[in-house]
Amino acid sequence: MGLLKIENGVAVNIEDIPLLTFDEFKDKILKFTKTGYVVQHFAVPCYGIKGDTTNNKNNNENNNKNKTSYKIYTVLRNDGGLYVISTIVGNSYESLSQYDIKFHMFEREIAEQFGIVPKNHPWLKPVRYHKNYTGNPDVFGNDYTMPIPGNYPFYEVEGEEIHQVAVGPVHAGIIEPGHFRFNCIGETILNLEIQHGYQHRGIEKQLITCKKKILPPLIESVAGDTVIGNSICFSEAIEGLCDYVANEPLLNYRRLLLEIERIANHIGTLGGLAGDVGYLPTASYYGRIRGDFLNMFVFICGNRFGRSSVQPFGVPFKLSDSHIVELIRRFEKLKKEVIDVGNLMLDNPEVLGRFDYTGMVDTETAKLIGLVGPAGRASGIEYDVRKSFSKAKNIYDRGIELVVRKDGAVSSRAKTYFYETLDSIEFCMGLLKVSDLKINSNNNSSNNNGNSKKLEEITLKPNSFIITMEEAWRGELSHCIITDENGNIIRYKIKDPSFHNWTALELAVRNEGIYDFPLCNKSFNLSYCGFDL
Amino acid sequence: MNNILSNRIRQGYRTVEFPSDNIQLPEAYRGRPILNPNASDEDVQKVASLCPADAINPDERTLDMGKCLFCGKCQSIKQNFIRFTRDYRMFVLKREDLIIKDTLKEPDTSSLKTIKKLFGKSVYMREVCAGGCNACDADINVLNTPVYDLSRFGIKFVASPRHADGLVVTGPITKNMELALMKTYDATPSPKFVVAVGTCAISGGIFRENEEVVGGVDKILPVDLYIPGCPPHPFTNLYAFVKFFK
Repeated sequence: MGLLKIENGVAVNIEDIPLLTFDEFKDKILKFTKTGYVVQHFAVPCYGIKGDTTNNKNNNENNNKNKTSYKIYTVLRNDGGLYVISTIVGNSYESLSQYDIKFHMFEREIAEQFGIVPKNHPWLKPVRYHKNYTGNPDVFGNDYTMPIPGNYPFYEVEGEEIHQVAVGPVHAGIIEPGHFRFNCIGETILNLEIQHGYQHRGIEKQLITCKKKILPPLIESVAGDTVIGNSICFSEAIEGLCDYVANEPLLNYRRLLLEIERIANHIGTLGGLAGDVGYLPTASYYGRIRGDFLNMFVFICGNRFGRSSVQPFGVPFKLSDSHIVELIRRFEKLKKEVIDVGNLMLDNPEVLGRFDYTGMVDTETAKLIGLVGPAGRASGIEYDVRKSFSKAKNIYDRGIELVVRKDGAVSSRAKTYFYETLDSIEFCMGLLKVSDLKINSNNNSSNNNGNSKKLEEITLKPNSFIITMEEAWRGELSHCIITDENGNIIRYKIKDPSFHNWTALELAVRNEGIYDFPLCNKSFNLSYCGFDL
Repeated sequence: MNNILSNRIRQGYRTVEFPSDNIQLPEAYRGRPILNPNASDEDVQKVASLCPADAINPDERTLDMGKCLFCGKCQSIKQNFIRFTRDYRMFVLKREDLIIKDTLKEPDTSSLKTIKKLFGKSVYMREVCAGGCNACDADINVLNTPVYDLSRFGIKFVASPRHADGLVVTGPITKNMELALMKTYDATPSPKFVVAVGTCAISGGIFRENEEVVGGVDKILPVDLYIPGCPPHPFTNLYAFVKFFK
């Protein structure tokens, strides 16, 4: 059928990936995305890929010609599974966004990274503001010696009483930079446009040129609040490219940490929501309780965000029996507080008066833009990587429920965060109580069974394509690695869930009062650095 | 209402006494490193080649704490050169003081008479994140929670640089944030100060060689206080602020 079915964390040979002509490719994926979704959609220059360079090795002219062709890989998903498909394009192609909005940001990204023009793209603007990797003429006509924002056209509403509000990049709080441009009539927001790029550090470029020893800290620095999520995707991708099979205790250990990360961040979000409506009890108690969960990370690995705790081929920090007993004790104590303090807020009519019917994203819109994560589930999308594609699905099936709500308002997102937090706390306690010995034996075995490999010394499978996915606390996080004939990484693509979800924030605030923007923003709590890379 | 009150009573008083000798961070925590000047050359070489941040200069036998990620990689092998203590108290006033031969000496802040006179009773700061991964920002933000309660020292974070006495900067300073940072600095009334928080802000961290970043605050602004860590523990930040201003 022209699509290759693949699995999360299992490498496939790049030659097995169907290569279609652009028209076939377009028909195929547009048909698919009527009911399915886009996981990844990115370009790789052809001269970096084996088949093409060998053909043209002796011919400079052909090599130059090859510089103008690119492979586009698309990973799609539906309830049935994950699929990959590819095509070759030149310096321009017909934009898919004009038919399906899900490709909108992906196509802008491809245009910015490689200078390929998606013709008839409805809103072709830079994503991050940097010069492209290829030296092709810039699609946007920007001069990158000029600081951001060189020449952004923002969407404008015209009319006598329309006014624009420009916010950022430096925001009022202790928060990352980004630019928000509102078109308002009175206090009502007619349109919001979000422009990122201020956090762009060139991570995707660095990932393919840096020494292997820098990879783990680099991945941990993609987004400081999603250290575990990114490290799991990275580790499973590397392991998949070495045919290393992580045993269940290792999966347990990583998911324990991932759930702690989720709990800490969800509680932080809920505390922030309480703060944004001026409900101080929950704001301050949850601020402290979030810290108590982060301190579990210090207890396990010495860093409040779980840095260096998840790495390929094993675990650097051991969980002793006394660790487990202490963690269970902390979970039991905190569980009660989390429930009490959360109910305090969610039972309060004044709080609910602000939360209910605010910042709504209905199911139809959510499906249209491919919303993921708790925000998607709050809008009625029944999708959670933990319950579908995760490597640890079996473990999650024992304890994690799919929390889905309908109306997609701030209150639904808040309740989704709250019930997912409670679910995760129960899950962690179960994991610690039932699987404790196994986690320990894993620690020992991974050091002793001769299977222990070192990242610096391994060679990755050549000519391979691998995708890994996990439900990070914001939603579907995905890493994709392509290797060349020597097993070197020639493309490392990271997609943070925020890449899908920022669009939802733009839509959620339409026709809301501008005073409710902070509340709507916090209810999505999206990543700037994970988006900007 | 009853519920709010009973919850308030159950929450109790959570603010940590500070400064205090009773603050004990967990065993796994990696704080102020100590170098062994008598370590074998082989150990020094081993650590230097293992270090992802290239923070060790094997010829000089020094560690640059402005580059160190405190990742603990060097603790995973047998070596006699570096060990980490559980001491969270780390800050310096000059960049070169972060390059250590044995361990970090606490700077004498009693000489900072002007700073203490100008800002000692009440100081407002504006935080600017310039390409950081959000971890440093998150751990600065928690200073406002009841546990650390920064405002009891008269130190507060404010929304506008025009209300601020100085800037706290995180991240390696991306080229895309450089202009915004300079504008924020210019909007802050003089006399003012700049604090660099975290490895990225101090040296550019692992991003320092990327063309997309400036690579450290002191490349473009005068820095008065450096707080190392990736990210610095909230207690490290708290200690540095209190010592610097009080």
